Amino acid sequence: MSFFFQELVNGITTGALYSLIALGFSMVYGVLKLLNFAHGDLYMVGAYIGYFVVQWAGGPAAIKIPVALLLVIMFVLAAVLVGGLGVAMERFAYRPLRDAPRIAPLITAIGVSFFLENAALLLFGGQYRVYNTPEFIKLSSGVQIGSVTIDTVQIMVVVLSVALMAGLRLLVSRTLLGKQMRAVAADREAAEMMGINVNRTIAITFFLGSALAGVAGVMAGLLFNQVTNTIGFIAGLKAFTAAVVGGIGSLTGAMLGGLLIGLAESFVTGYISSTYTNLLVFALLILVMLSRPSGLLGQAQLQKV
Amino acid sequence: MMTAPPPAAPPPAGPQIGADEWVARLAERRVYLPSWLGTAQRAAERVGWWPRLALAGLAGAVLPLAGLGGFQLQVGIDALVIAMLAVGLNVVVGWTGVLDLGYVAYFGIGAYGFALLSSAQLNIHLQAYLSLPAVLVGTWLLGLAIGLTSRRLTGDYLAIVTLFFGEAFVEFTNNVAPSKLGGPNGIVAIDPVKGFGASLNSNTSYYYLLIIVLVLTMSVLRLLENSRTGRAWRAVREDPLAAAAMTIPVNRVRLYAIACGAGVAGLAGAIYAAQQVSVFPTDFDTPILILVYAGLVLGGAGSLAGAAAGALVVMVIYDGLLRNAAESGYLFYGLILLTLLVRLRPWRRLAGVLAATIALGFAAHAIARAISASAVAGGPQSGGWIGSALRDWVIVPANSKIAGNWGFVILVCLLIALVQVDVRTRTILLPPVLWLASFVWEARLVTEPSITRQLMIGAILVVMMIARPQGLLGQRRVESPT
Repeated sequence: MSFFFQELVNGITTGALYSLIALGFSMVYGVLKLLNFAHGDLYMVGAYIGYFVVQWAGGPAAIKIPVALLLVIMFVLAAVLVGGLGVAMERFAYRPLRDAPRIAPLITAIGVSFFLENAALLLFGGQYRVYNTPEFIKLSSGVQIGSVTIDTVQIMVVVLSVALMAGLRLLVSRTLLGKQMRAVAADREAAEMMGINVNRTIAITFFLGSALAGVAGVMAGLLFNQVTNTIGFIAGLKAFTAAVVGGIGSLTGAMLGGLLIGLAESFVTGYISSTYTNLLVFALLILVMLSRPSGLLGQAQLQKV
Repeated sequence: MMTAPPPAAPPPAGPQIGADEWVARLAERRVYLPSWLGTAQRAAERVGWWPRLALAGLAGAVLPLAGLGGFQLQVGIDALVIAMLAVGLNVVVGWTGVLDLGYVAYFGIGAYGFALLSSAQLNIHLQAYLSLPAVLVGTWLLGLAIGLTSRRLTGDYLAIVTLFFGEAFVEFTNNVAPSKLGGPNGIVAIDPVKGFGASLNSNTSYYYLLIIVLVLTMSVLRLLENSRTGRAWRAVREDPLAAAAMTIPVNRVRLYAIACGAGVAGLAGAIYAAQQVSVFPTDFDTPILILVYAGLVLGGAGSLAGAAAGALVVMVIYDGLLRNAAESGYLFYGLILLTLLVRLRPWRRLAGVLAATIALGFAAHAIARAISASAVAGGPQSGGWIGSALRDWVIVPANSKIAGNWGFVILVCLLIALVQVDVRTRTILLPPVLWLASFVWEARLVTEPSITRQLMIGAILVVMMIARPQGLLGQRRVESPT
């Protein structure tokens, strides 16, 4: 039974991570109706930023500043820089295509993703960069319940994710900015006619979504310990899965979907085999999609003519 | 003596189905180039599609006679395979408007299918006249089966599910039944295409086989394009709801398109496997998908000739030119010059920018050398006359990697900024940006050709979509934004 709970803990942790990526993805989809394939690569950039902050602070074995401060710097820097990258991406690649046929921005997004992946390869090389988290956050500092171990990193990831998700929910449902986002998502033209600055709203949405991806990248670095230029693609794919299973555009759905994918992955790895993890997760997704074409929490849209 | 204007073409007799007056009289409103150019244009337009296709095929066929061999022939073969894929994808994406991101999986299934039917893996060694049709029909049927998902899913959801299907194929071949599918080691020692006592063993013979197959495929697809089914495809692309209201069976028509695309991809995969003699899971991963899309987008989705030509151009650039540092230099500087020539008007501004760029480079080089000799110790990496022409112009420090990396980051930021600012600032910014681009190229990109070509493909996708979404040969379509 303890094995089950250990897998549950691991699943919730990775699930929280996927939820964060899926949230940003879903937000962008909401306002722009664009599948941003480059979202996973933003996560990769975030992970690299975290790695370089650790190196800058003296390397994992000899951190010169308090660890808490280091973590704050990592998260804030990753959020700001990756958020900025997301805004630049929107300005350069997606804004000119806002009224183009649906297929055009999708292909652009694939191009941006490919570009980012290879730019990282050019700048940082193809080898794995290792965070070496246990050197500065001791494994023994975790919580032990029975025979189930919960790492400090795992606790931090879950707590931070939940806090960010709660914050985002409040932002979207309670603030004026959130109202603007919802208005743009509902009908861009009508929102513009109501005096909402659509460009600004979309840029802010991109910033927030990308910042979440950046934070998730740092978390992934701390959790899985290694970074390379291709991690973005698979993580992006998992996040799409999460967002789609939950229903694209629905924030609660994205969280739920992320959790579901994380748990499925963890249990498949634990109980069946790690070789089939991705295959089974994809198969699961296809089944969910076929039984509920608009996701678990998505609503089928009526088409007006 | 004044020549009388040519008489206007008589209006077509009887009502034309599906064409209102505006469309029917479109030909009369065409504007041709002046003088003999216009005459040539008219003459070229009178040539039907099949002489053109045959001519293109013949032109491809004489290339090996003109001294194409070895490496160039391999580039040609790869280009033809990708062209096959692009032509097949054009049916799905260009004509029917179904975004299929798992398309490469059919290519892989065709390759693996052929490999299993003609290797020691299952100890089956079929003749090509049995195995090729078997692969074609098999992938066609599989396309139908996978395409069934399109009955319930549309648009973005379908795109994602097909993307998963593509990934699942790579995972599957990597992990499932390693004794049969070979896992990451793939299947090796595949039979060549053989039948009636003969077998194709040289690259030249595969080149010809691919040209014949591509021309035949394009002919069949061309006939399909204007058939009842083809018109239904385009109707579904423009508006599924309206098409359904016109009694077009939307789901079935979509299924046909996906299956036809899959069949073409399967055939391409089979020939690819035979030519390569081996198949590996990584041969059918996302980079190939992106190449095929790049070709399709460059040529123009929806145009058969465009898809083939775009894929050929992309592959020749990607596989042929960008492998060799000296040749890729011509391409890089040539592209920059061409872009400037086309985009920068009036010519005085163009001349000013070029002169400023040249002056800036020499001045910066002289200053840098005066400060420290090691700052210019690296020298340009491009060989040939480009390299020697740039020797005193571009600054490449002895250890160029870090400087080149920073240069790359700054260049990308500057390029993004360049699009946002007004014309005057852009003109002022242009010389330093050009100089920086050449620095980044000489210091970093030339030394990493395999990464550079991937970067270029990504950039082509983005820039083409923004600058000319209909591609080089495609027609601009009007689509409502919702």
